[in-house]
Amino acid sequence: MGLDRLVPFVALILALVSPAASADLPELPRGKGDACVAPTDEMRRDHMDFLLHQRDLTVHDGIRTPRFSLVECVDCHVQRNSEGGFIPVDAPEQFCEICHTYASVKMDCFGCHATMPDSASADANTAASVVHTDDVLGVMSYRVTPVPEGGGTDAD
Amino acid sequence: MPTDRKRTDDALNPDRRRLLAGAAGMAAMGGGFSIIRLALAKNDDEAVSSLTRWGLLIDTAKCSSGCNACVSACNDEHNLHGFGRPLTDPQWIRKLDLVDEHTGHESSLPMLCQHCEHPPCVDVCPTGASFRRDDGIVLVDKHTCIGCRYCVMACPYKARSFVHEALSNQKSYSPRGKGTVESCTLCVHRVDRDRTPACVEACQSDGGGAMVFGDLNDESGVLAGALRDHPSSQVRRDLDLNTGVRYRNL
Repeated sequence: MGLDRLVPFVALILALVSPAASADLPELPRGKGDACVAPTDEMRRDHMDFLLHQRDLTVHDGIRTPRFSLVECVDCHVQRNSEGGFIPVDAPEQFCEICHTYASVKMDCFGCHATMPDSASADANTAASVVHTDDVLGVMSYRVTPVPEGGGTDAD
Repeated sequence: MPTDRKRTDDALNPDRRRLLAGAAGMAAMGGGFSIIRLALAKNDDEAVSSLTRWGLLIDTAKCSSGCNACVSACNDEHNLHGFGRPLTDPQWIRKLDLVDEHTGHESSLPMLCQHCEHPPCVDVCPTGASFRRDDGIVLVDKHTCIGCRYCVMACPYKARSFVHEALSNQKSYSPRGKGTVESCTLCVHRVDRDRTPACVEACQSDGGGAMVFGDLNDESGVLAGALRDHPSSQVRRDLDLNTGVRYRNL
């Protein structure tokens, strides 16, 4: 085989295996402080296991050590926008989301958990109390009446 | 005071030493009660224990019909807010006004999860998500809740709510989300840090001072003492659930 026929073939092989064909690695925003709670390699590989283990300890046994607490992760890794407000960690390009998009792994932590430290969300909702009539005390021959207007207010 | 709840390495823990020293100082100033409370403060790495059983005593004579302090405090603490749909909006604590049909006597009380010793919500849960912590607090593990709502139907106190809509701006210490059941946690995030539930705090500062929080098992504590010295009752005592929330003057 002549060299002139080999060149396009080699070029094709190179194009297929070269890194340029894959997606760019995500660039993670830096967290606070000098180091994470474990070496980066370990955190990348095992953070989901750390969180899973910690969640059961916290919910069932009331163990609230900060090291693998999701709240602490968010506190350290949350970024601020140009006005100084927090950006949710599950927003595009943010610490959690950028890697999970790259790895195509869906996380459902933030359906329930706060995506920002508490100070940012403190004023977001007005509290409302909804008063229901009820019959749980009926067995005690009580008639239950709703608390009059003014006792509770609706948010909407 | 039981000694086995104190971890052996506590003596080496400087934070705990400071805590005990502070407690001793407060005890010198304000009597023996402070040292008992503070010395039992749980370390973050310490699991809850069945030596403690948290509970509430609510004096309906001090609870007035117009007062909503406990409900507002709960809603603020956990960021509970309605969608203008009263039948399905979340509600962890609610005020009830009662009229005795025979005498016409009126009273008012807050109704919330009664933190039963034998909770029907735990009995019926198919996934084990509804559970009772060792210290008596009944909770939903939302990681395993599938939203079937058997517990909502089983609870005789109608204390549980279901989250129907996607939420945002949850508090970091109180995760809540669509598709799961929720109810009063007795402010477990506060209790684990040796603080009082938000409703009790609000009742004492803004309300009638009707609520007392404490350890039912601590014989020298304020709650067990109040229950021993005065008559109290459980709502639906006939169900024999041994509730952690007790009422006076009901």
